[in-house]
Amino acid sequence: MSWLQVLRVAVRALLRNKMRSFLTTLGVIIGVSAVIAMVAIGEGAKARVEESFASMGSNLLVVLSGTTTASGAHGGFGSMPTLTWDDLKAIRSEASAVRYASPQLRSTQQVISDDQNWATSINGVSPEYFPMRSWSAAMGSLITQSDIEAGSKVVVLGQTVVDKLYGSNADPTGHSVRIMKIPFQIIGVLARKGQSATGQDYDDAVFVPYTTFRAKIQGGLQKFIAGSIMVGAASGDATVRAQSQITNLLRDRHHIALGADDDFSIRNLAEMANAQQEGVKTLTTLLASIAAVSLIVGGIGIMNIMLVSVTERTREIGIRMAVGARPRDVLSQFLVEALALSSAGGIIGILLGLLAANRLAANFGWPILIRYDIIAIAVGFSGLVGVVFGLYPAQKASRLDPIDALRYE
Amino acid sequence: MGKPLIETSKVSKVYRMGDVEVHALREVSLTISEGESVAVMGPSGSGKSTLMNILGCLDRPSSGGYWLAGEEVSQLDRNALARMRNRTLGFVFQSFNLLSRTSALENVELPLLYAGVSARERHTRAREALTRVGLGERMHHHPNQMSGGQQQRVAVARALVTRPRLIVADEPTGNLDSRTSIEIMALFQELGRSGITLLLVTHESDIARYASRVVVMRDGRVQSDEQQTPLQAELGPAPAGAEVSP
Repeated sequence: MSWLQVLRVAVRALLRNKMRSFLTTLGVIIGVSAVIAMVAIGEGAKARVEESFASMGSNLLVVLSGTTTASGAHGGFGSMPTLTWDDLKAIRSEASAVRYASPQLRSTQQVISDDQNWATSINGVSPEYFPMRSWSAAMGSLITQSDIEAGSKVVVLGQTVVDKLYGSNADPTGHSVRIMKIPFQIIGVLARKGQSATGQDYDDAVFVPYTTFRAKIQGGLQKFIAGSIMVGAASGDATVRAQSQITNLLRDRHHIALGADDDFSIRNLAEMANAQQEGVKTLTTLLASIAAVSLIVGGIGIMNIMLVSVTERTREIGIRMAVGARPRDVLSQFLVEALALSSAGGIIGILLGLLAANRLAANFGWPILIRYDIIAIAVGFSGLVGVVFGLYPAQKASRLDPIDALRYE
Repeated sequence: MGKPLIETSKVSKVYRMGDVEVHALREVSLTISEGESVAVMGPSGSGKSTLMNILGCLDRPSSGGYWLAGEEVSQLDRNALARMRNRTLGFVFQSFNLLSRTSALENVELPLLYAGVSARERHTRAREALTRVGLGERMHHHPNQMSGGQQQRVAVARALVTRPRLIVADEPTGNLDSRTSIEIMALFQELGRSGITLLLVTHESDIARYASRVVVMRDGRVQSDEQQTPLQAELGPAPAGAEVSP
């Protein structure tokens, strides 16, 4: 008997009990669609995390000042400036794994245009800050080295600030805003970057030359940096090397004895990204395994119905054996039936899973990512479920004694 | 008579029921030649069903030898027995044993499906067989749309379609009225004239009269084995229209 013929016989047998076949398949349908939808959600979340870390900038390290210890109470990192402007220069010139380094001085101030105002974070940075965070100008230009040297009163606005002060899609370059009563000329607007992984709006910020920041916005100690140093490593692999180079350099420069604590700290944003991705991965695995369990439950449903079917059709099996069906023929017939049930469930499950993922994306704004390899695995697995759970009933059928089977009422 | 088609030598069958051994057959030696029509009779428990199951390759003897069409079948495995049933034998049962919700044509095609015959040839041969039993007009009917006699004709067509050398009929008229019984026997006699050997298990002596030889079983042994001049079953009118459902 050809396989096509076996399949035809199986499909006909299944169509005789349409409702039952459908209900049996439902288990697998739910299993497969759950796998696909769950993995799509998990992968979508992972992709969003990756994206937000990528938008933050790649291969970033943040060097923070040390802590204060006053009367036994420890302040947090950055509470006591320990990083000097000479440290910044040294990092730029001596740490070979470092490509960019920029100070980041930060203060929250009111930014006032002709008829609007908005409180936002004012950042004093150097020109290296923008390539380090792969941030480009949407309009106008960015801060240049000559702006730094001249201490120009120029400002680059984030998109959110533009939206608040001038309305969306406006081009404010050439206009002036006042920050702490000092007029700054708007030289550019940054491209929209969106939210960070924690929901912070990157675009709600303005940038001025750090020299201007020090002179006009927040003066401080001449020697120390009243903020942090942001460092861009030369490559993804270089971040760890950059971290140790900076550590050694700063310990040396700050004359920290062997065994004593650092008076600064370095945060590796790539490591944070990895940690967060690990979390998402765990979530994806969890969702996928729940879905896989439901697929197995679906397989048990198939096994159950196939067992009922074998009992019901004992006489048919007897007839087939009497006219010359070999045990192998009976086995393959029932196996193909189970396989047809589970594969049909798999195919319907794919469609339903894709649909569910799309509805979730559309209705709840969840990011989804369809993984075609997962679809292939889910279908393969549902087929496997059919074979595994169909095998026992099929064997039971093939081992029937034709005489008993013919006599079965 | 032709050369032997069936030869058994001291065939025994022992069933074990708990601690008790039941001897269903005790050293039965039987030779049936090609073209014979043999009625096997006997009360229930005489071993005639067991004999039929063994001769029909549905079961294997506990001991003894069985040659069917020159092949030793008593030691064959289940697959080989299935092949034997498919190629050499045709079965007709008391309760017809047709697949319900399947057309007459497809029921008749069933043995050919397992013989690996192509779809086109299956179709042609099944049509031929149904025409031969007088059901050429009803091949697309389902068993539940047919009378008992018609269903048994479908079963005979199914037995015929593989061009077997032996037809084993187990109480083929048991569920039929006497008029229809005679029609089925007429059909068997016609097949007999074309050289097919018939093994007929029955407890009705009326039916046994249509056979050329009567074997009576008792307590697992052959009690008597006699040749006779078979009664000729009178053919009814055109078979397809002749069925009168009671």
